[in-house]
Amino acid sequence: MTRITVTVDGDRYTDDIEPRMLLVQYLRESLGKVGTVIGCDTSNCGACTVHLDGRSVKSCNVLAVQADGRDVTTIEGLAQDGELHPMQRAFHENHALQCGFCTPGMIMQGIDILIDHPEPTEEQIRHGLEGNLCRCTGYHNIVKAVAAAAKAPNAAALSSSAAGA
Amino acid sequence: MIPAAFDYAAPETVADALAALADSDDAKVLAGGQSLLPILRMRLNAPEKIVDLGKIAELRGIREDGDAIVIGAMTAYADILTDPLVAEHAALLKAAIETVADPQIRHRGTIGGALVHADPAGDVGAPVLALDAELVIAGPGGERTVAAADFFEDLFTTAVGEDELLTAIRIPKHTGWGAAYEKFVRVAHQWSIVAVAATVRMDGDAIAEARVGLTNMGSTPLRATATEAALAGSAGTAQGIAHACGLAAEGTSPPSDLNGDADYRRHLAGVLTRRAVLSAVGR
Ligand SMILES: Cc1cc2nc3c(=O)[nH]c(=O)nc-3n(C[C@H](O)[C@H](O)[C@H](O)COP(=O)(O)OP(=O)(O)OC[C@H]3O[C@@H](n4cnc5c(N)ncnc54)[C@H](O)[C@@H]3O)c2cc1C
Repeated sequence: MTRITVTVDGDRYTDDIEPRMLLVQYLRESLGKVGTVIGCDTSNCGACTVHLDGRSVKSCNVLAVQADGRDVTTIEGLAQDGELHPMQRAFHENHALQCGFCTPGMIMQGIDILIDHPEPTEEQIRHGLEGNLCRCTGYHNIVKAVAAAAKAPNAAALSSSAAGA
Repeated sequence: MIPAAFDYAAPETVADALAALADSDDAKVLAGGQSLLPILRMRLNAPEKIVDLGKIAELRGIREDGDAIVIGAMTAYADILTDPLVAEHAALLKAAIETVADPQIRHRGTIGGALVHADPAGDVGAPVLALDAELVIAGPGGERTVAAADFFEDLFTTAVGEDELLTAIRIPKHTGWGAAYEKFVRVAHQWSIVAVAATVRMDGDAIAEARVGLTNMGSTPLRATATEAALAGSAGTAQGIAHACGLAAEGTSPPSDLNGDADYRRHLAGVLTRRAVLSAVGR
């Protein structure tokens, strides 16, 4: 067992875990944050995307011990006091989901795109989503939603780690 | 899928990491994990011990050192892409890394991990080879430097021994050289079927020097030496470039697989080399 201390969605946790535990497993099984889903389990699909120290990673391809001392934001940490994050709202308003399974990863990666490209072109959005698969193939509205969110204030901020968001 | 159990060490210095490696005859180094973790999860490998380099600050970062830039082995792709020294002195490396995987993987994956993993379809080897980089390797006997031409030994095999670490990549400055990386894939998010890394130094309209690296044209990254020789000192006419680039596959033995047979790859190498060189000279 190895002891880790990690901040997840604004709360600090200290746990003794097996070093082989994946970050996504830690989030789901130890912390009960099942909003982050396991899609392909081969690090291709991006459904498990979370932010580590403010940038997107595939949490099935990170060991929980590698998050020691660091800050994780999941889909569950975005809404504040019942208010959806601008990216979540844009997905809702643009009907950017069909079955919804890829949605947590798409939203987390959508936010990451806005960190690099506050006013993204359609091409930048499509390239930024290269590692996120939607097997309903509903990409069109997902791209629309990211573009719409870019117009909202604070859409690139992660509410749990960014001050004032 | 979950890896088999292993012992875990997260040293904070290169010296402690080398000691941790020396301590076990079945230890594996963990960098960004973007190649190693899928391997462990599929149980293609089950080392007794993992030595995580993630806490070693001295292995991260990019600095200038005389006529070279030095990139720490643990520097993530994403940090290389935004670094002004890389943009100015090693534009070819930046062009190639832009095509690697996806943003999430570029946030975690490191240049050192990619080079030691040495997948022949990986996009980092060809530019590192074309830029005549040197690889700094630390081991129980101290530090040594290996030229990129001697670093890649075979499929997934490099000059880095089991008890050694790649610590840095030293790239001679190619300031002002034009650069392009042409990667051929059929679908988004695919590994290179073939890719070509080309960088040129112009003298007016003429090509003074050219370096061309090939991805997935053999078991290691390769240099297109016949093309380089034909381009060097040439007038840079469209016809001359087309002829030189037609020689790109000379001396290679590319693989045949579901994505294409060897002849198809040789054809691609010629086409992609022409596109890369034309783009590098600014046409
Ligand atoms: C879905 C997906 C798509 C991908 N697509 C591409 C692509 O298009 N192009 C491409 O080039 N790559 C691609 N990759 C691979 C990616 O580039 C990896 O990040 C990279 O190959 C490994 O770097 P890492 O830091 O993650 O190394 P790790 O996975 O941690 O390590 C890789 C290997 O190198 C060894 N190692 C690592 N660092 C050192 C060191 N400093 N000294 C000694 N040994 C070391 C490890 O022991 C291991 O054997 C993809 C990966 C995934 C998961």
